[in-house]
Amino acid sequence: MSVFKDAGHLFRFAGLFVLAFLIFLVVRHYVVPKSFGQYGHYRGAGIGEIADRPVKFAGHETCETCHSDEADKKKSGKHAHVNCEACHGALALHADVMNGKTVAPEPASHADDPATMKPVLPDTATLCARCHTASAAKPKSFPQVEPASHSQGLECKTCHNPHSPAMDAGGAK
Amino acid sequence: MKISRRQMMILLPAAAVAWESVLAGTPEESPNYKMSDHWWGMLVDIDKCIGCGNCVRACQTENDVPDGYFRTWVERYHVSDEDMTRPEVISPDGGKEGFPVAQQDDKKYFFVPKLCNHCTDSPCTQVCPVGATFISPDGVVLVDQTYCLGCAYCVQACPYGCRYIHPTKEVADKCTLCYHRITKGLTTACCEACPTGARQLVDLKDPKDPIHAFLKTHSVQVLKPQMATGAKLFYNDLDGSVR
Repeated sequence: MSVFKDAGHLFRFAGLFVLAFLIFLVVRHYVVPKSFGQYGHYRGAGIGEIADRPVKFAGHETCETCHSDEADKKKSGKHAHVNCEACHGALALHADVMNGKTVAPEPASHADDPATMKPVLPDTATLCARCHTASAAKPKSFPQVEPASHSQGLECKTCHNPHSPAMDAGGAK
Repeated sequence: MKISRRQMMILLPAAAVAWESVLAGTPEESPNYKMSDHWWGMLVDIDKCIGCGNCVRACQTENDVPDGYFRTWVERYHVSDEDMTRPEVISPDGGKEGFPVAQQDDKKYFFVPKLCNHCTDSPCTQVCPVGATFISPDGVVLVDQTYCLGCAYCVQACPYGCRYIHPTKEVADKCTLCYHRITKGLTTACCEACPTGARQLVDLKDPKDPIHAFLKTHSVQVLKPQMATGAKLFYNDLDGSVR
């Protein structure tokens, strides 16, 4: 036993280290989130939390399940690939209310009919100009007009149907 | 059983690798969405962008982006024939309300929509000291806002200027590639709202995605390729003056 003679202080010191390590393990167990390290050096559950955020734009497939008449009109025209919500705005709430998934929140603003969250019809005089006002910066192939001289302030939908705007394709109302 | 030194040298690393995969577990399996089946990116077609700002407004609506901050924005370039290294670039309020009408002169104009490049080897995720930002198994760079300290290292590290500190939450915020939408089978809000199809969400792991044919037949590039970030925001017909 001569090896361990006078070595008591080393054992006490080693014991302290072991104790500190055990305390570290216990604290770590409670402090580090359960899913940390599941996929990498981050909290795995964070991915699911981000994926669970609510959707505001319903997507044109959702719109077309009810508004198939407008979708059909659009299909043959120049706006075939312009999605509904590009002009009408984010309408997932309207879709959810109509599907019975949720009730309209109070107070229901920005809606013609609060019960259905029906959106306000866009004003074509300003809406269309947003894309089609002539500017040298836009691609040359994109159809552009000078709104002032083109329509003398008339609403675009006086002559064009926004869902199928070409006048020679039966787009005019 | 006797194990030679040589066998031991082979077995030990193999066991370590196996143990790593046991610890990692299998990615979360939901009936509709499997992370390991996707590798998301985006294609921007410069020739189609008209600078209407629909994408910027849609992003702000979808993601509650505060005024004056942008997860995506549009820049207008004005480049002379003589000096393409000094383009005039404007982005009034991120292009949210469109751009002033431009008159034709002897320089060329074009629009460049910008957003997070969702880099495969992202500098922003590498500098995070707490593991609050990361690239998900399906290739989207995300921020765990419950874990972020708001130190802004990542804001400085992003070579594309795509991050900001949220003014009220005081944590890092950025484009999530509408992760809450793409995991439900929808496209991003900016792609949904783009009237000309200048933006397209792409899934590089989907063999049926038209991106594969597009990349083979077009002159496509990424921003700052010299930084080897593995950017997945592809630009078709991008001018050399864009930084």
